[in-house]
Amino acid sequence: MDPLNRGNAMPGIVRPLALSVIVLACSTAPSLAAAQAAATPSTEEAAAATDLAKFGGQAGLAALMDDFVARLRADPRTAAFFKDTNPPHLARQLTAQLCQLLGGACLYEGPTMRDVHDGLGIARRDFNALVEQLQDAMSARDIPFAAQNRLLARLAPMHRDIVTTR
Amino acid sequence: MFRVCTAAARAAQFSTAAAVCAAAALTPALADGGKLLLTGGVGSIDGAAGGGLSPWALIGSYAAEGQSGVGAHLSSVQSRDYGLNIAALTLAWDDRIELSLAHQDFDTRATGTALGLPGLQLRQDIVGAKWRVAGDAVLDSDRWMPQIALGVEAKRLDAGALAATLTALGARRDGVDVYLSATKLLLPQAVLINATLRATRANQNGLLGFGASGHAQHRLLPEISVAWLLNRQLALGAEWRAKPDNLNPSALGAGLKEDDWRDIFVAWAPNKQWSVTAAWVDLGRIVPAVQPRAQRAAYLSLQWTR
Repeated sequence: MDPLNRGNAMPGIVRPLALSVIVLACSTAPSLAAAQAAATPSTEEAAAATDLAKFGGQAGLAALMDDFVARLRADPRTAAFFKDTNPPHLARQLTAQLCQLLGGACLYEGPTMRDVHDGLGIARRDFNALVEQLQDAMSARDIPFAAQNRLLARLAPMHRDIVTTR
Repeated sequence: MFRVCTAAARAAQFSTAAAVCAAAALTPALADGGKLLLTGGVGSIDGAAGGGLSPWALIGSYAAEGQSGVGAHLSSVQSRDYGLNIAALTLAWDDRIELSLAHQDFDTRATGTALGLPGLQLRQDIVGAKWRVAGDAVLDSDRWMPQIALGVEAKRLDAGALAATLTALGARRDGVDVYLSATKLLLPQAVLINATLRATRANQNGLLGFGASGHAQHRLLPEISVAWLLNRQLALGAEWRAKPDNLNPSALGAGLKEDDWRDIFVAWAPNKQWSVTAAWVDLGRIVPAVQPRAQRAAYLSLQWTR
């Protein structure tokens, strides 16, 4: 018997119930961040160190951020948000922040994401435009897709502090 | 756009393809879609955005919050014994609400002839609506909470000369499916998972009517999709969709038994305007009284979005 068709023999209520349990588990389970924090520190640090290496270490990350900031200032969708910034300063801040996110021996000491974006009127589409520019910049430096996504997964939740308008 | 559409319409003899394409081509210039590539899903056979067989909680097109978007797709499913052509239009607002229209044209080929109804075409129109209730499948990457949407698909079948037979079997020619979908992108793994729970009494998705004598109730049935993003433009995936089996047994014994559907697919979106989805679909048995073998089919879908 075809294993994928065995479902037809199952009582009609069993499968929906199983699915409901999955959905409920999803909505009540501890956060992914908590799950990540629960992982053994050594594993976490090793994975993070590997990730920073995939970005070419701190120097590679700094070069990536220079290119990223230049792209943000050139893209008509995001240029207005960055026209009054000091590009080298912004690139240094981003390098420190992302280096820390990637588990490097760096400390980001700049303002919080909420403070620095307050009142800028950034919408979800603007945030996504920035993500696309970061993806383009990472792809231009041949950073592996998996490493790109692990960084994006750590950046994406910041939308709650950055996106302030619809 | 127009040349592609007229060629497709002529080749497939879609009755509504030209209309859908014209609507798409005449849509006034909309703002560039603010969502990330492929995060609007692709057009399903019933019109709603999702995978090929199953609607997802994602809202179609690339319209982000505060934007509106439109999508149109032409799809074709060809098995050894049957053909199904689909033209669909999807409208989206605010990454919140989605409306869809789909027309399906099912060619019964030799089965129609064997039933004494040569040239029998089963035509179905589907009006769909979907509401994103909660969550963000893409950006909430630190939470398990998926994006959740509630949807409805109202279907009306033009069964042609088969209408009297369906009536005799106790099958209606219109029906409403209601579904709840949960979609989550596991960003570090680049894997998207969707689970849909559908209340339905459709026989072969409605192409053989809705319900049957003794099986008039809606049933809650699951659908699962998994997609793996190989890069920003390319996704590989698989789907499984449970179906009721209301016409089994019928006056024809097990001759109208139906099976669950499943597929493996590849979707390619070179940009935010176009995507192509190709799939290998197992539709199981369709009227095994005449065609006892499982219907393994090739699926091709071309979608335009704005």
